[in-house]
Amino acid sequence: VTAKLAVDVAHLLGASVLLLSFALLAQRRLSGVLKVFAAQAVALALLAAWQAHAQGAPRLYVAAGIALLFKAVLFPYALHRIAEKFDIGRAVENGIGMAATMVAAVALLWLSILLVLPAAAAQALTRVELALALAVVLLGFLMMIARRNALAQVTGFMSLENGLILSAVGVRGMPLVVEMSIALSILVAFVISGIFFFRIRERFDSLDAHSPESFRGERR
Amino acid sequence: MNAVGAVIGVPALAALVLAAIPHHRASAAINVAASALTLLAGLSLLVDRPPPTDWVFVDDFNVYMVVLTAFVGATTSLFSAGYIGHELAALRLDAQRLRFYHAMYQGLMCGMLLALVANNLGVMWLAVEGAALIAALMIGLYRTPAAIEAAWKYFIFCAAGSALALFGAILMYLAAQPVIGPGMAAMAWLELARHAARFDPALLNLAFVFALVGYGAKAGLAPMHGWVSNAHAEGPTPVSAVLSGLLLNVALYAVLRFKMLLDANGAAIAPGPLMMGLGLASLLLASLMLYGRRDAKRLFAYSSVGHMGIIAFAFGLGGPLANFAGLLHMATHSLAKSAVFFAIGHAAQVSGTQKIAGIRALTATHPALGWGLVLGVVALAGLPPMGVFISQFVLVTTAMARSFYLALPLVLGLALGFGAMMLRLQGMAFGPAPAGQPAPLQGLLAPLYAHLALVVAAGVYLPPPLVAWLQDVARMLN
Repeated sequence: VTAKLAVDVAHLLGASVLLLSFALLAQRRLSGVLKVFAAQAVALALLAAWQAHAQGAPRLYVAAGIALLFKAVLFPYALHRIAEKFDIGRAVENGIGMAATMVAAVALLWLSILLVLPAAAAQALTRVELALALAVVLLGFLMMIARRNALAQVTGFMSLENGLILSAVGVRGMPLVVEMSIALSILVAFVISGIFFFRIRERFDSLDAHSPESFRGERR
Repeated sequence: MNAVGAVIGVPALAALVLAAIPHHRASAAINVAASALTLLAGLSLLVDRPPPTDWVFVDDFNVYMVVLTAFVGATTSLFSAGYIGHELAALRLDAQRLRFYHAMYQGLMCGMLLALVANNLGVMWLAVEGAALIAALMIGLYRTPAAIEAAWKYFIFCAAGSALALFGAILMYLAAQPVIGPGMAAMAWLELARHAARFDPALLNLAFVFALVGYGAKAGLAPMHGWVSNAHAEGPTPVSAVLSGLLLNVALYAVLRFKMLLDANGAAIAPGPLMMGLGLASLLLASLMLYGRRDAKRLFAYSSVGHMGIIAFAFGLGGPLANFAGLLHMATHSLAKSAVFFAIGHAAQVSGTQKIAGIRALTATHPALGWGLVLGVVALAGLPPMGVFISQFVLVTTAMARSFYLALPLVLGLALGFGAMMLRLQGMAFGPAPAGQPAPLQGLLAPLYAHLALVVAAGVYLPPPLVAWLQDVARMLN
């Protein structure tokens, strides 16, 4: 693999992860959110696999496998089942309107480029990858804030994590990538099982405590 | 296996053993024994320090934190043994839940100690992460809706925080990689510290901001403190003691490790003002929030937010004196706060409620416990001759010497906090005793008084070797 091809493909895949972050924010239905998220995870897995090939770092194949198995298949499927089982609204409620969200998203992208650009000492590859990753992280946060539905917020959190993995696989020789992606997957698994067991429908920060009967008494 | 291995290995092993033992008396005893062993291993690090490896290292700073953590862990395990006996009798917990609790207690200790000795930013992140996850599970131990909500809230704050903290660690690697070269070395803290002067300052700045916000959420600094009061109020009291006394410190320790790397690089932003800002915001906000509290554990949870703010402010101010104050405050606050939680745990059990209004005239009904609570709260409020007073005094005078306008909000926050503490203490400790026979006190008061003795000792007389030690660390931090 020539160095130029390696960089170009990495940029292409990284940019598609970012593009899918925007697409994620634009979804109005939960099923759409989950599909776009799965697509983002596939793009991330491809990027990790490509970096494994280009950097000659076989450990990154494991990270790619984790992204593919958990993020592209298992987690979206689990969230889909939860949405069906508890009949959680198909439409994703917005805390912030769609247009305002998009404006904020563009502003965040601009901010991340602005923040990373002064880091001129870093190699060109790292700089672009880092700007992409930071943008994906910030857009994930935006999604957690802008959406009122717990499942959409979880998806926002997972997409935030995709940004972390994106930055980690982009740097040559980054240690502990596999361990980190496992730890992050465990975190997400906890969040999802929390939603499943406690039927949390509302926002994260204001769980509704006015229907305690729904979980009191069970699992004792 | 050397002493560092023992500090991490004993709790890890004990967690596995405890997970297999169904009998709660035996597991409480093993919990105490394992914590005592960990403390011994931690103390041995003071005398004989193994050489650093790729994964763990011991220096003057973290050995201090390790000993503090292991000590509070050991005394809390002793308190916990009495506490759970009562909870079991009151049918709030069953044997299976207790098995889980004991295993998790050791798991939590293991995570915190590993975070302290880790010589690798990735390992440190994993350890803090693991400890927070375990803490979330322990907060939800009672399975009441309120407990589940508290655990969930803590968990969400921590998940968001840890994502940011991890990004900070990755950015630090990015900054280090061109200088140190790819591979594990560029994540090893000692290597980072050695080469930090040549890192790209823009990346360093970014890394620090992410680490500060990420770990700051776990340290309970405002405005990421939303989880603190729920988590303390709804979890078992020994967990509140460990959370306030230790886990918040560990998160702040992680921030300080990042700060030290920034300090080593002349071109990076000064991390001080950021930390001072967060610290003052936490202190002022918490001091105001203290006034409206009706729940004793929530009251002291907010007090923890304030004290974390004081510590963050101290390290943000920097310089040998302020750092000294911050280090001392980490220990004295940790000891005093866990002592107060021990006292509140006993008080809630004898009163049957943890509402402030329900805890009456403890000095009359249970003199030993009541006066212990009084001493603890007086210490937290920062009255002489307690150790907390010394660190606050040093901090205020240092801030005053730097700038009057820096000291003003600090003094205001301290005074507000002091007022709230005294106000709430009144009813809990003094006044007419409620009618009827007071419920008997179960469990030992020894952990409570051991902590109080140390807090008083720190205020009355600090041995010169300890002072010299702290001054060394304070210099290292700058």
